[in-house]
Amino acid sequence: MKTSRRAFLKSLAGSGGALLATGIPCAQARMSKELPAQAVGLLYDATLCVGCKSCMVNCKKENSVPGGALYKKGMTAPPYERGPKGDEAIWDAPRELSGKTLNIIKVYKNGNCQQKDRAVDGYAFFKQQCLHCVSPACVSVCPAGAFRKDPATGAVYYLADKCIGCRYCQLACPFGIPRYEWDSAWPEVRKCQLCRHRYHEGKYAACAEFCPTGATIFGKVVELRAEAKRRLALRPGESYDFPLQRVDATEKTRRAAAKYADGVYGLIEAGGTQNIMLSGVSFDLLGFRKNIAKFDLPSLTWGYIAKIPWVFAGVFLGGTAIYKATHRSDKEG
Amino acid sequence: MKDLTKYLGPRYGGAAKQLAEDFRKNGLGMDMTRYLGPRYGELLNKLLDDSISAHLGIKMNTPFTLALVALIGVAALIAVYRLLFGIGAASNLNDAWPWGLWISFDVLGGVAMAAGAFLIAAAVYIFNWKKYKCIARASILNAFFGYLLAAISITLDVGRSFVIWHPLVMWQLNSVMFIVALHLVLYLTTLGTESSPMVFEKLGWQGALSFVNRCMVGVVMFGVALSLLHQSSLGANYLIVPGKLNPIWYSHLLPYHFLVSAIMLGLALVSFETLLTGKVFNHKVPREVIEGLARGVMIVGSFYLFLKIWHLATGPGLGAVLDGSFLGNLYLIEMVVGVIVPLSLLCLRSVRTNLNRIFAVDIMVVLGVLLNRMNVGISGVSEYATGSGGDYFPSLMELALTVGMIAFAILGFKICAKYLNLFPETHH
Ligand code: SF4
Ligand code: SF4
Ligand code: SF4
Repeated sequence: MKTSRRAFLKSLAGSGGALLATGIPCAQARMSKELPAQAVGLLYDATLCVGCKSCMVNCKKENSVPGGALYKKGMTAPPYERGPKGDEAIWDAPRELSGKTLNIIKVYKNGNCQQKDRAVDGYAFFKQQCLHCVSPACVSVCPAGAFRKDPATGAVYYLADKCIGCRYCQLACPFGIPRYEWDSAWPEVRKCQLCRHRYHEGKYAACAEFCPTGATIFGKVVELRAEAKRRLALRPGESYDFPLQRVDATEKTRRAAAKYADGVYGLIEAGGTQNIMLSGVSFDLLGFRKNIAKFDLPSLTWGYIAKIPWVFAGVFLGGTAIYKATHRSDKEG
Repeated sequence: MKDLTKYLGPRYGGAAKQLAEDFRKNGLGMDMTRYLGPRYGELLNKLLDDSISAHLGIKMNTPFTLALVALIGVAALIAVYRLLFGIGAASNLNDAWPWGLWISFDVLGGVAMAAGAFLIAAAVYIFNWKKYKCIARASILNAFFGYLLAAISITLDVGRSFVIWHPLVMWQLNSVMFIVALHLVLYLTTLGTESSPMVFEKLGWQGALSFVNRCMVGVVMFGVALSLLHQSSLGANYLIVPGKLNPIWYSHLLPYHFLVSAIMLGLALVSFETLLTGKVFNHKVPREVIEGLARGVMIVGSFYLFLKIWHLATGPGLGAVLDGSFLGNLYLIEMVVGVIVPLSLLCLRSVRTNLNRIFAVDIMVVLGVLLNRMNVGISGVSEYATGSGGDYFPSLMELALTVGMIAFAILGFKICAKYLNLFPETHH
């Protein structure tokens, strides 16, 4: 190996430039763990839900307009689901979230299903959708920056134009929320985007607006958390004015409080979420997994990524030292 | 021979006939200047001159080669189908199993199989261990094909293949996948550069040759850094799924598990391939090189074993893999076949000094680590995915494409062995 000293140093300097390029922007890239000051979200109280699925119907309708999370150019009707093979006549009765369905109301049943919101011999409704994590795994893993978190409202949204379709977001989301358009040749990832496109018209989440019972309400996350806390403090049977549609609504419905099973879901799960939930049946019976991390998941990878510049530095310094040492005897040759 | 003038008219028919006859007589060794003019013909003549490998006795016109070509053809058709009709149409992937065979085998496995190159390159160019020089070119070329396989497969795996370049311009520094994409491109370039002297030599482009040789040490170091990162970042991809990947594989040290096992696999694969090419092509394998590689496998493998035991002891416990469950058994197979048996065998002097036995050990290591990648990528997330209502077994198209990619790598390697000076030291 004949390498002139100058050429060698030159190639080294070039690589050093690459090192700086990887090193510098990293310092500013770390994801925030803090709730944005104006963050908005939803409170879903399962004990108020009657399973009418108005939220599902209106979510699909309101998101199939330009700007909506289901909208595609040239779309004439919302993307309704067909039944499974052999049962195609079933009209838009999805069983799971999908590339066409952003939220879903499911039912929990046990024994003779006699009483609502009771784990044994009871039944309950529950809602699945994106929870809008404070520090979202889907945003942190996307290699193209197609998933974003709005710095003001904290809504986690998606830019189809950037997406390459690697589906890392699907793998990374601890709640298994993002869905893919498997039936398309140019697919998009689909999930609730908190009706972001409706805010500039002074509107808010469709599922909250069209919820007749106040089971889903929209509002500032801090206010939603305070509301949830107040409800948890109620004695079962105590009467309470539940706000309708929005947490700051003047219209309320007076009802007796049910017995809540767990605390608020979404305060610590995955480091906290902007959509939170209350339920009369404990969440793990409803299929919300127990082993969801209680901290911000992106910090798991950040520890790794932060080491990258050091690897380059180490290899080039160590490599140069070794090269010098091992090629000393060759110099004459 | 049919009279082609009948179909193509006198002008083209005559030329085609001449070409066909020439080909029958001389094969690809025919004089290309006759058809392409002096400039390009000369170039092609030089490239297609296989006198360099005459002593290896590589024949192209064999049933094996034809089978490879057929497999590649099938894979190409599948690739076209996939691009036209979408990933959902070609694969069995679904919302609960977003990643399947192509990611686990082609990408995780293909990249791991390429790990030998940076080790050998570092040994030769940085550590100046001259005895490994004779296998440097072959192992770097092998890595090039490993990475190419990974790159093509991931291009087909992403749903929007035509914009797969997005991450390169839309930097997202929190994403391990971004790091993976960047490294894939950079390292493919690096491997290409490291392999280029073979081609330049052949074409007699002295200027380019000496330029590349002058940069070589820097390029090699760059490659080492990229490889360390790339191998480990494939494991780091899974750091963010503590709730999905089964605890018998999930670990905060997953990047290190991937890196160390890839090094073990890389050394074993270089040794395997040196022995294999020694068997099928007529060239003699330097014994001390193979024995050195076996020692390397032993050292790195022991460290890997230590990491894995440490992981079990501090995490899920030995009981988790001995409980007879499907995943536990997969884990045991992976460890016994890929690590424990090979290491025990390598402890015996009679194995370490016998090339055929080393060959067998290499195969076990390769299979074991590949199984590990499949376990992490597919089986390891099964509990989460089936719990969420999914089910996955690779579709025929997924399987056939993977097989085709392997065929592509083998054929590519064979062609390079025929036309390039792949084993320089044995060429006297
Ligand atoms: S719930 Fe999943 S999809 Fe929604 S913000 Fe959190 S990580 Fe992203
Ligand atoms: S599928 Fe699209 S949105 Fe999801 S991580 Fe990949 S590039 Fe980002
Ligand atoms: S916030 Fe909007 S997009 Fe999200 S579930 Fe409710 S209606 Fe659907």
